[in-house]
Amino acid sequence: MFNFFLLILIYSGIYALMALGQNIITGYGGLLSLTQAGFFAIGSYATAILTTRFGWSFWATLPAALILSAFFGLLIGLPTLRLKGDYLAIATLGFGEIVRNVLNNWDSVTRGPMGIQRIPMPDLFGFTINPYKKYAFLVMVFIFVGIAYFIFQRLARSRMGRALSAVREDEIAAQSMGINITTYKVFAFILGASVAGLAGSLQAVFSLSVTPGTYTFMVSVMVLCMVVLGGMGNFKASILGAFIIQLISYFPQLTGLSSVIPPQFKQILFGLILVVMMIWRPQGLLGREETRYGKKVAKGHKGGAQ
Amino acid sequence: MGIAEFFQHLMNGLTLGGIYALIALGYTMVYGILKFINFAHGDVLMVGAYIGLFLFDWLRGDSPLGLWTLVAFFLAMIISMGFSAAIGMFIERVAYKPLRKATRLAPLLSAIGVSFILSNGAAWAFGTHSRKFNYPFDNSAIHLGEVVITPHQILILIVSLVMMIILKIFVDKTRMGKAMRATSLDQGTAMLMGISVNRVISMTFAIGSALAAVGGILIALDFKVYATMGTMMGLKAFVAAVVGGIGNISGAMFGGILLGILETFGVAVFGIPTGLKDTIAFGVLILILLLKPEGLFGKVEKEKV
Repeated sequence: MFNFFLLILIYSGIYALMALGQNIITGYGGLLSLTQAGFFAIGSYATAILTTRFGWSFWATLPAALILSAFFGLLIGLPTLRLKGDYLAIATLGFGEIVRNVLNNWDSVTRGPMGIQRIPMPDLFGFTINPYKKYAFLVMVFIFVGIAYFIFQRLARSRMGRALSAVREDEIAAQSMGINITTYKVFAFILGASVAGLAGSLQAVFSLSVTPGTYTFMVSVMVLCMVVLGGMGNFKASILGAFIIQLISYFPQLTGLSSVIPPQFKQILFGLILVVMMIWRPQGLLGREETRYGKKVAKGHKGGAQ
Repeated sequence: MGIAEFFQHLMNGLTLGGIYALIALGYTMVYGILKFINFAHGDVLMVGAYIGLFLFDWLRGDSPLGLWTLVAFFLAMIISMGFSAAIGMFIERVAYKPLRKATRLAPLLSAIGVSFILSNGAAWAFGTHSRKFNYPFDNSAIHLGEVVITPHQILILIVSLVMMIILKIFVDKTRMGKAMRATSLDQGTAMLMGISVNRVISMTFAIGSALAAVGGILIALDFKVYATMGTMMGLKAFVAAVVGGIGNISGAMFGGILLGILETFGVAVFGIPTGLKDTIAFGVLILILLLKPEGLFGKVEKEKV
């Protein structure tokens, strides 16, 4: 039972990384991306292939996974982000399906539906981070979450974060203030993609195997739910959302009711969360984090154009 | 490639494209009026296909193929259109209407939620296995010279053509159609002219959903009925709508047919592996967004401050 709770925590951490990325894209940029699962898959497969086939160490595959995801982010971001945000949603939705399609069909590299097994465990100065003994792994995941949170928090309060908020509120006004809206949108999208790639790497060395079935559209919707539930534009909220959504998703196993609750229960609940939150509490549980003159403003404060 | 082979692929492309066009109309009409992508549209298609399947099986009973099965099929299709229209209106009323004044992102997120509820609700209610939708007629191939046509393809062509003509007449000639065009041009002014914008929006969802149900039933005859059948179809139909210029009804029809033809020729002539057939639509989307983002027949809209 306790062990199971640790597992939920680890998954919360891995998903929190993706949620942080989604929050930069959706919460700050106001762009709807539906493909965290696609970048998650790219990161996972990058680590899986580089470690098993080329004998790289896990740590060396991390930057590779990051850069590869970022590259694909650039590839979809450039054509779609020049236009209205709506196209990004569809293009990313399609991209996620295509990634899975390619993983399933490109047998010589991804081994198709069988996936890749026996990914070596990561080790650090001779200490093996064994995913079966969960503590060390949990610590590693949350160190990554901490780093990502710190970097994103800094970025959000920098020129970039302010520019993104401006673009979200009013593109034309932002443009006339001299903000290059495409650059900032693409930058946000790439950042979100690369952190999902990082999450993918961690997922690969946590489950020690990768199969295309893990990276479905549901993953993207879960991540979206985390951000919406916690509160868009608030990084702490994304992490909280990740934890709550993971708790919900393991609720049947946690309570031993998995024989009673239908397997679609959590998906239907995620859908409901999106609709209900949008109608009754669009700001999420914690609400947007407003900053002004370098200081945090009390929650609930309506500063500027909301 | 001989002439016969060319016509064969063209025929296959046209029928596939006819279905894309029917579904694309729903996207484009909703976008034209509300300026948002109804992500749940593909799942309405799936629900329509399920309703059609159950009704057809129930009406048909054990009767052998004949006139009655054909009548039963059309009855099932029409009733399914009615149900789907009601579902579409209900979704709009519950999940989108409260968000009309909200940020751009809100209805999109709500639509994704609805889509997820529908597809997983269907998987829960009807099971995850796919069900066969039996042909209501003898579907053995008809040889026209070297070109092979199935009665199913003829059905698709006739039904989609009739639907599109009815829609075109409805939008161009009737009072409601005029109200729709006015609303899509300028909602505020339309309201001032005494048009009930709420009714127009409801009507748009009803028509789009009814057409999606037809598309769902037609495609189900070939590809069976399952809970996630709407995802890929919806995605492709959306691409078709973008190709034709989103918001443009004739454009959606043309875009659907063009996409169908491109897909068939892409696989048959340019040797794109069947496993990657679905990527063609995606490639088309990226290309059109790069080269002509307003679509083939769309107008470039300057945003006013």
